Amino acid sequence: MTVTEDYIDASGGDWDEVIEKAQATSAERLVVNMGPQHPSTHGVLRLILTLDGETVTEARVGIGYLHTGIEKNLEYRTWTQGTTFVTRMDYLTPLFNEAAYCLSVEKLLGIDDRIPERASVIRVMLMELNRMASHFVAMATFGMELGATTVMTNGFREREMILDIFELVTGLRMNHAYVRPGGVAQDLPPGTVGKVRELLKEMPKRITTMRKLLDENPVYLARTKDVAYLNLPGCMALGVTGPLLRASGLAWDLRKAKPYCGYEGYEFDVPVSDGGDVYARYRVRIAEMEESLKIVEQCLDKLAPGPVMIEDAKIGWPAKLALGPDGMGNSPDHIAHIMSGSMEALIHHFKLVTEGFRVPAGQAYAAVESAKGELGCYAVSDGGTRPYRVHFRDPSFTHLQAVAAMCEGGTVADVVAAVASIDPVMGGVDR
Amino acid sequence: MSTDNEADRPDTEHLPELRGRERLAAPVKRTGMFGTATTGDTSGYGGLRVRERAPLASTRPFTDPDDPRTADFDRVADALEAALGATGDESSVERVAVDRGEITFHVRREALTAVARVLRDDPALRYELCTGVAGVHFPDDTGRELHAVYHFRSITHNSEIRVETACPDADPHVPSIVSVYPTNDWHEREAWDFFGIVFDGHPALTRIQMPDDWHGHPQRKDYPLGGVPVEYRGATVPPPDERRSYQ
Repeated sequence: MTVTEDYIDASGGDWDEVIEKAQATSAERLVVNMGPQHPSTHGVLRLILTLDGETVTEARVGIGYLHTGIEKNLEYRTWTQGTTFVTRMDYLTPLFNEAAYCLSVEKLLGIDDRIPERASVIRVMLMELNRMASHFVAMATFGMELGATTVMTNGFREREMILDIFELVTGLRMNHAYVRPGGVAQDLPPGTVGKVRELLKEMPKRITTMRKLLDENPVYLARTKDVAYLNLPGCMALGVTGPLLRASGLAWDLRKAKPYCGYEGYEFDVPVSDGGDVYARYRVRIAEMEESLKIVEQCLDKLAPGPVMIEDAKIGWPAKLALGPDGMGNSPDHIAHIMSGSMEALIHHFKLVTEGFRVPAGQAYAAVESAKGELGCYAVSDGGTRPYRVHFRDPSFTHLQAVAAMCEGGTVADVVAAVASIDPVMGGVDR
Repeated sequence: MSTDNEADRPDTEHLPELRGRERLAAPVKRTGMFGTATTGDTSGYGGLRVRERAPLASTRPFTDPDDPRTADFDRVADALEAALGATGDESSVERVAVDRGEITFHVRREALTAVARVLRDDPALRYELCTGVAGVHFPDDTGRELHAVYHFRSITHNSEIRVETACPDADPHVPSIVSVYPTNDWHEREAWDFFGIVFDGHPALTRIQMPDDWHGHPQRKDYPLGGVPVEYRGATVPPPDERRSYQ
C-alpha cells in the first residue's frame, strides 16, 4: 500500500472550503474528528482519525475536555473533604477513588493497621459491588454502541440494583464520599444485609442472562473476536492493567499481589483469558463479576459488629449521622453529648470539623485494583491540615494511550469496539 | 515509623537539649498560625514558628525486620547499586529515603534515563511497569523547586519503588523516559502541562489537559488562582489561598 503524504483535512473549519479542497486534490486519505461530542466515545473524548476509505491509518486521541482541576482543588480543602472531590473523578468507580485516596492518607498518618475490621469489610463489600456496577456499564454502553439496545437496558437495569444498595448505605447513588480517612462515614443502616442478600440471590440469574445474550452471540462475536488486539508486551509497555491486561493472559491483580483492606482474607479467583481482543476483555469482565459476588458473600459473613471509624479522637470524624424524619442528619445523641455531656468531645468536634487533622510531612502512594485497572493515589503532605499535592494515576488515562495500537490498520467500526473495550471514563481521564 | 537507627548514633545525640538546640538552629519556614499575609485577617496568632526539617536520608539497612513492607528494600538497593556500578555511574542516586514502608531513590536528573533503563532491564530489578510521573512544586526548595516523582512496579518480584528527581525553576529540564517506558508519554505531557517541567527527548511534548493556547502551568504553587466577583458593592470572594484558613 502506498501512503501519500497528501490528505484531506476534514477535522474542522469551513465545510465549503473542505469540500473545495477535497475536489481539487486527488488525495485518498481523510482526516476526521470523531468526537468530542460523539455518542460512542464515552463522554467528551476526541479521536482524530486518518482514514483511507474505511481503514484507519492513524488514530490519535485528544483529551482534556472534562478537566475540572480536582487535584488542584484538593490542595485547598482539608484531608477529609478530599474524599468529596476524588469520588467525582472516575464517576463510575467512586468508591475505588475514595478507597485509594483514604489508603494513601492513612499511610501518611501511619494508621493503616488501626483501621477497624468492620470498616475494612464494608470498604471491600462496596468496592466489589462497585466493580460489578462499573462492569455492567461497560457492557451496557458497549452494547448500545454496537446497536444492541437490549444489552444496554439489561446492563443499566442490573446496575440499578447495586445503586439502590449504595443509596441505602451512603445516601447517594454516585459521588458518595462515604469512605473517609480512618474508616467509613457511618455504619451500615438497618436492612442493608438483607438487601445485599437479595442481590446475591438475584444477581447470578441476571449475569447468566447477560452471558446467554452475549457469550455465543454470532453478531457479538463477529464484532468483538480478533478486534483491537493488544498482546502482553504491548500492555506492559503502555502501562495497561486491569481487565485489559488479564485479557492478554497475565493474572495480575493487586488484590492478590499487594492486598489492601484485608483482601488476603477472601477467597476468589482472578479470571484470565489469552485472547487479547475485545471479546476476551468481555469474558474477563463478566467472570470478574461472578468473583465479586463471591467476595460480597464472604463480606457478609465477616461483618462483625464493631466501630467503623478509627478510635483516635485526633483523627476520627466525630459527627455521627442518623436517619431522621426529614432524611439523613446529625444524630441527636451526638449533639446532646457534645452540647451538654463532654467539653472535650465538643472541642474535638469543632477542631476536626473546621480545621481538620494534621498529617505528618511526607509522601505516600497507595494503589487499588479498581474495575478498570491500577488506580493509584500519590499524596504529599507538608505537615498541614490540607494536602500539599495529590496525584491520581487513573487507569482510563493510561489505557487511552493504547487506542493507536489497537485501532490503526482496522476499520472505523472497530474503533468504536476498541474504545468501548478500554472502558474509559472521561471524568477519571481528565480529572 | 522512624527508620533512623537510634542505637548507631553517638550518645550525645540522645540528649534532649542537643536535639532542642538543633531544632532551634534550623531555618524558620513560616511564622504565624494563619498564612494569610494578603488579607486583613488579624485573628491568627502570629507568634508561632514552624521550622524546616532536613530532607530525609536513610542509612543501611533499609530493611526493618519489624516491618514486612520493607522486606526487599535491601535487595533492591543492592541490585540497583550493582547494576549502576556496572554502567560506571555510581553517583546517580543522591540519597535513599525509607519512610512509611516505601523506598524512594533520589536520582540526579542527568542519570534518570540510565536508571530507568536499568530498572526495566536488569534481571534482579525487572520493573516492568511504570505507573507514570507526578510533578510536585516546592517553591521553597531552592535550586530543586520542581520534583518529578515516578513509581515503578515489578511484576516479576512483586515490588514497588519510587524514584524522585528534581530540577530548578530556572532550568526546568528533566530527561524523558518515554523511550524506556512508552506509557509515560501522556504522563510526562501532563506534568509539563501542569508544572512546566520540560521532558527532554519526549516525542511530542504538548499540553494534554489544558487548551493548547493556555498560558502558565496551573498546578504550580505560584499560579494565581483568581477570585470570584460577587454582586455586593464590588466585593469579590478572595482566591482560596488568600482566604483565612488553618495551616
